[in-house]
Amino acid sequence: MTQAIFIILGVLTLGCALMVVTSRNLFRSAIFLAFSFVGVAGVYLVLQAEFLAGIQILVYVGAIVTLIIFAIMLTRDMGDPTLRTSNMQWRISALIALAIFVVLVIVVTRVAWPAAPAFSSEGEIIATLGAQMVSPDYVLPFEVVSVLLLVALVGSIIIAREREQ
Amino acid sequence: MVPLSWYLILGAALFCIGLYGALSRRNAVAILMAVELMLNAVNINLVAFWRYITPELVTGQMFTIFVIAVAAAEAAVGLALVIAIYRSRDTVNVEDIDLMKL
Repeated sequence: MTQAIFIILGVLTLGCALMVVTSRNLFRSAIFLAFSFVGVAGVYLVLQAEFLAGIQILVYVGAIVTLIIFAIMLTRDMGDPTLRTSNMQWRISALIALAIFVVLVIVVTRVAWPAAPAFSSEGEIIATLGAQMVSPDYVLPFEVVSVLLLVALVGSIIIAREREQ
Repeated sequence: MVPLSWYLILGAALFCIGLYGALSRRNAVAILMAVELMLNAVNINLVAFWRYITPELVTGQMFTIFVIAVAAAEAAVGLALVIAIYRSRDTVNVEDIDLMKL
């Protein structure tokens, strides 16, 4: 049962990801990207990481895809369907990506991975995550990330605003 | 139960699709989308390893949360740069943006 769900989610994720990198219409690419992210959120649910699945939907589907769609709307120069969407090196790029995939699959399938240990999340994983966030192990990266988000916010406003002169 | 290798293969496939997109697309926004796909592939691997190797520690999930936060910052700055370039040069085609190329 879990395997069937995983295969459905994997096919959804990979199919939409393929459409993202091959679609001629950039807007369609962004919509397929959203579905691909939803598939990844489903994979997190299969892995019993419910909190991450929620974060995935909120941050990626809710925020990043919206941001990307805004950027496409603001910079649209692909009204012309005859415009090439891939560059001269797409063949060699596909070859390199395929070669890396083959190498990774060979490596992954040769290792005897342990089976999943029994584990029931029952909600306490979120409490653990919250406690770990402010524990001495993670409090410094946590604060650095909050500063990084603030700097990115201010920086993008400065970069993208209209220069008046 | 799904074997761990399936998750790793899914992550590898997603990463390679993203790599192909980042290398072959001409539009800067499309390249950013491909980079987001690659970051998601990494996250799948991190969460899968957390579940199968060390479910009692939350390190894998913590790292994934940090990756998502950095990805959000990266997307915001990247798209701001794209908009700024479009404003000054009227294109988002990375082949035409060669100001810093000798």
